[in-house]
Amino acid sequence: MNIYVLLKKTFDTEEKIAVTNGEIDSDGVEYIINPYDEYAVEEAIKQRDAHGGEVTVVTVGDEDSEKQLRTALAMGADKAVLINTEDDLEDGDQFTTAKILEAYLEDKEADLILAGNVAIDEASGQVGPRLAERLGIACVTTITGLEIDGDLAKIDKDVEGDVEKLEVNLPLLVTCQQGLNDPRYPSLPGIMKAKKKPLEELEIDDLDLEEDDLEPKTKTVDIFLPPEKEAGRVLEGEIADQVKELVSLLRNEKKVL
Amino acid sequence: MSDKILVIGEMRDGTLRNVSFEAIAAAKKIDDQAEIVGVVLGDEDLEAQATEMIYYGADRAVALKNEKLKLYTPEGYSQALMRVIEKEAPAGIVMGHTAAGKDLTPKIASKLGTGLISDVTEIESDGDQPVFIRPIYSGKAFEKKVITDGITFVTIRPNNIAALKADSSRTGDVLVEDVEITDLRTVIKDVIRKASEGVDLSEASVIVSGGRGVKSADGFKPLYELAEVLGGAVGASRGACDADYCDYSLQIGQTGKVVTPDLYIAVGISGAIQHLAGMSNSKVIVAINKDPEANIFNVADYGIVGDLFEVIPLLIEEIKEIKKINA
Repeated sequence: MNIYVLLKKTFDTEEKIAVTNGEIDSDGVEYIINPYDEYAVEEAIKQRDAHGGEVTVVTVGDEDSEKQLRTALAMGADKAVLINTEDDLEDGDQFTTAKILEAYLEDKEADLILAGNVAIDEASGQVGPRLAERLGIACVTTITGLEIDGDLAKIDKDVEGDVEKLEVNLPLLVTCQQGLNDPRYPSLPGIMKAKKKPLEELEIDDLDLEEDDLEPKTKTVDIFLPPEKEAGRVLEGEIADQVKELVSLLRNEKKVL
Repeated sequence: MSDKILVIGEMRDGTLRNVSFEAIAAAKKIDDQAEIVGVVLGDEDLEAQATEMIYYGADRAVALKNEKLKLYTPEGYSQALMRVIEKEAPAGIVMGHTAAGKDLTPKIASKLGTGLISDVTEIESDGDQPVFIRPIYSGKAFEKKVITDGITFVTIRPNNIAALKADSSRTGDVLVEDVEITDLRTVIKDVIRKASEGVDLSEASVIVSGGRGVKSADGFKPLYELAEVLGGAVGASRGACDADYCDYSLQIGQTGKVVTPDLYIAVGISGAIQHLAGMSNSKVIVAINKDPEANIFNVADYGIVGDLFEVIPLLIEEIKEIKKINA
């Protein structure tokens, strides 16, 4: 099976966010594989081990994205592709990213494409479904179970807590939800092997794309931090009195009761 | 009236979800001069639901009918909607940022070759251009976005943009139409309902949420009772779900649901950053925890340091008292 994984690097979940001049401050920030994309990498490896084939991990990013691609290779992916847009693309949005991935994937004859259901930074969840539509293949989002039998995929899909049991034929794009699997940690031999695995770097010019095709449709005009919350009040006294005070505060001060 | 905005309504168990009405209010914020066209989809006659869209501010409504629209599928819904979009040529489209909205809107945006601003929590106006505010980095920051090319296509996060008051004296054209849908590639074999009946977690105005401190599935009982008294829903931290105290359908946080109720009561929840990502934008947060050092107290408006099994029953009694006075 010809399997592709769409991967994005994101800020480590523990990072504090700072804003300078209307932009997110990324100095000294630790990056990780977007946690939902980790499920995608893990599932790709499992499906390959069960059905044979090859797993290629693809990122649209910058030079620094190589680190996350190496991690995916260390987990067990076979090949990695970095589409480096740093020099060519000033602005982009989900429309742009989906176009780039389409240009890369359109002649690859992928049987299965896996992505995270959302990236924890910009959290739009658009690129996967957009790409599937561009490629003309079926798309199932937020999957928590995947069983492939020949050309048929049997899928569990999370729908706000309910589970839909679906069947759909390959080729297929899925986006992964928590619960699908437990992503493995790269092993030491895995890390050693990853260093020798192929990592191809491409630029926009290497893809069949015109710059006009990549003109974004939306623009971020400002980024700001939420207003600092006033320090909360920890109530004091007998528990019964605290409860009375709490209810009174919720009712009279905050007017939520 | 020149421009049209389509508002895609969403059904759950035969009735329109509240976010459908919030989407109408959002459309009015985008352009208060626009003609707002409500769209509802289903396998039966949805004239009543379409009419309800008008009560909440739509100028007219279209009800699309086909047996393949009984359950949401991206292909069935997108085929039906594309027919409406082609016919109406709207300047804008608004839908809720729900499971269906997240699944459907990027597909349609891709078909149309347009932009899409997802998960909007607030709409401002800059001259005649709408500016959309949405949380990023799990609510640790917000961005302001504008559409630079093509139609104004957005999804709105439930519970953030207030719906208008329903006005049953409002009238408008309702068109009930059979719509053609070709074969679907995806076949739904079964739906296993796990989400609890009653109040929808993502639309609840009050949420009582339990963590590891609740200690057992049984320990959740007082939380359910408190939620019931408050007319709210029960949620949980990942820790509580991992420990099997409750189903993952209740999980709130980075990997679970993101909620913004008016009142969030965190019970026995330590306040890991992944949990905060799912609830920190709630309007009022109350923390009840034995551990005075628990991180949850840093985001709470009010905190009680104490044993939840002592605090919750007292709280239930006290709230029952004031409900009596209110009644």
